[in-house]
Amino acid sequence: MAVGLPENVFLTRLDAAASWARSNSLWPMPFATACCGIELMATAASRHDMARFGAEVMRFSPRQCDLLIVAGRVVMKMLPVLQRIWLQMPEPKWCISMGACACTGGVFDTYAVVQGVDRFIPVDMYVPGCPPRPEQLLAALIEMQQKIMRTGTFTGREFAKRTTSDGPPPFDRDEVRRLQEASVVPGLDIYTPPGIQLGNTGK
Amino acid sequence: MPLTLADTLPTDTDEREYLWTLNFGPQHPATHTTLRLVLTLDGERVVDAVPHIGYLHSGFEKLGEHLDFNQYVTIVDRMNYVSPVANEIAWHHAVEKLLGVELTPRCKYLRTILAELMRLHDHLLNVGTAALDLGAFTAFLYGFQQRENIYDIIEYASGQRFHASYTRVGGVLFDVNNAWVEKVRKFIKEMPPTIDEIDKLLTRNRIFIDRTKGIGVLNKVDAINYGATGPIARASGVVRDLRKDEPYLAYGDLDFKVVCSEGGDCYARYLLRMREMAESLKIIEQALENIPGGPVNVDPGTDLVLPAKPAVYRSIEGLIQHFEVLMPNRGFDVPCEELYAATESPNGELGFYIVADGNVRAYRARTRPPSFIHFAMLPHMIRGYQLSDLVAILGSINIIAAELDR
Amino acid sequence: MLELKSLHDRFGYDLTESSFRDNRRIVVPSEKVYYVLEHLWRECGFDMLVEMTAADYLEYPGATDRFGVMYVLLNTTSGERLIVKTHLNLPELELPSVYPLWHSADWMEREVYDMFGITFAGHPDLRRILMPEEFTAYPLRKDYPLKGRGERHNFPVITRAES
Repeated sequence: MAVGLPENVFLTRLDAAASWARSNSLWPMPFATACCGIELMATAASRHDMARFGAEVMRFSPRQCDLLIVAGRVVMKMLPVLQRIWLQMPEPKWCISMGACACTGGVFDTYAVVQGVDRFIPVDMYVPGCPPRPEQLLAALIEMQQKIMRTGTFTGREFAKRTTSDGPPPFDRDEVRRLQEASVVPGLDIYTPPGIQLGNTGK
Repeated sequence: MPLTLADTLPTDTDEREYLWTLNFGPQHPATHTTLRLVLTLDGERVVDAVPHIGYLHSGFEKLGEHLDFNQYVTIVDRMNYVSPVANEIAWHHAVEKLLGVELTPRCKYLRTILAELMRLHDHLLNVGTAALDLGAFTAFLYGFQQRENIYDIIEYASGQRFHASYTRVGGVLFDVNNAWVEKVRKFIKEMPPTIDEIDKLLTRNRIFIDRTKGIGVLNKVDAINYGATGPIARASGVVRDLRKDEPYLAYGDLDFKVVCSEGGDCYARYLLRMREMAESLKIIEQALENIPGGPVNVDPGTDLVLPAKPAVYRSIEGLIQHFEVLMPNRGFDVPCEELYAATESPNGELGFYIVADGNVRAYRARTRPPSFIHFAMLPHMIRGYQLSDLVAILGSINIIAAELDR
Repeated sequence: MLELKSLHDRFGYDLTESSFRDNRRIVVPSEKVYYVLEHLWRECGFDMLVEMTAADYLEYPGATDRFGVMYVLLNTTSGERLIVKTHLNLPELELPSVYPLWHSADWMEREVYDMFGITFAGHPDLRRILMPEEFTAYPLRKDYPLKGRGERHNFPVITRAES
């Protein structure tokens, strides 16, 4: 399908058909780290059944999934792993950040926990709660399905326009102030991990 | 390439070339969340396993130095997240021992019932996920159905499904009424058939037995030397249970048996957990029938718990007591001492080493995490077994990543 | 029951004892702590090391030494508990490892090293356990701030267009 064609009825119907198929068979990739992982398992269990929405197949391989559910706190040691899994997932893909810790760091405003996964990964849906009830996660799943129905395209053109990061910058005013106030200790460098070399760091 | 399988890691680099390294990475389907094992394999046989942890380290102990004794209970909840109220009971047991607070009988019985409900919670999840990792999906679903009932009970008492933050210094958040007691009574009637169903699915199942019997054997001397406590130690022959040896809460008045085994393999640990669930139901039933009346919190005159709101609004004593607990320069009378106190959590001995400096915040709040100690034993237990046995062994030593890393 | 007198006869008189609620504690100078622990393991029957931890007494009222290392021991046959405590000061933060006595000390000593910077001589594999290997600070010391020094956000950002 060449992208330069004008929007005509045939293409729009194809978009709608593709979005309908994709939204009703979202295969989640559970990135379950902590307590929200147990609520994710409870959502998939028999009382609140996630399989009724098409999201039954929880394949643990990122190459086969399209919805990454980040459930639980993400620690700075785990963040490169999360980024690598996000890069391994094929397009089209979406991300739900479940729980207060994945959205903003939650209760844990400490030296080790990343204050919100959306600083480093593009997130489409946020589910607050500590932990969110299974009904909340199902509501987020339904809204995700509706979002895909509204904005989905056959070729995935809707993703290419988002070139900057949507979340807060990693070093916001608070962190910069903390860095400046940190006393100089000989031999103490700010830890730089061997990161992924990407073009647009959005910093 | 030598004809016999390697027993230990060969030191000669020529011989090491045919061994291969497998990264059992932090993200993997055996749902024990964020552990990493670097295995050295000779074909399918594990020659060496090096665990790497820290993928969920959130700085709990540093947070303990900035939060109140009553505020830290919300964080302690999130440690062993499959049995949250048990962690709170352990934390407040340590804090109340430090402050020298004697609980009311009703509070003791209530906390005992909750601790045993959490034991059921943890063992159901552990048996369910151990079965899930070995391929038996149905046992997992049966277990989760009953866990949802326990969630309903906890929600009725405290308002939250899990992470209830239910205990406070000197008592609990809300008292329970007769409807709650009826709910628990109904639950303990409906629970034994589920245990029987899981039993029927797994205990005499030829495949389950072949995959777990004789796997991951831990003998008694090693169990003590490596610091194992709880179901893992009891399955290896160490007859120690803190509920009987150092009774706390209402365990001294109740009649129950401590389940032990001599096998030390995964099958023994599974059977031990199933029997412990039956014992827990017995304890809950006894405690429920004998629950004493009276107040659930200690007397507000001791300046430890908040008084009832009508008293705060209508009497001067209530108002003064309210301020004595809450104002920043008031609060508990904390001695300048250190204390180690432990309880029998479903996973083992969960202890807290609290260093207090007279302030309402702990100076150092250290957790003795049973999962951390048990995971250190894994390289010793896995040596010589095959790759698929690793999954069975990981499932049987209950590793909760948040308790492992704190 | 363990008698302090027998320890005094063997190791000298600078061991002090105290007790609080039901904890019995012995404070030992850091040069002698390995020998005291070995004696307790070998002769007095304390066969399980339940807990080993440390605390930074920088802001503690009335503290004389910077670090304290605590060993909580248990005798599984008689159920007796004992806490052995020792003190350390900068810059010599080194203790002999008790791994030959109790294997549970393996990871507990690694954690004390990771969080406080106290090294253990004779430990088979002393490296960081909870923090990443490249981390340079010791988090649980009192001079390290709760929210860190910016290490937690020092990662590249992935946007939609690249992934």
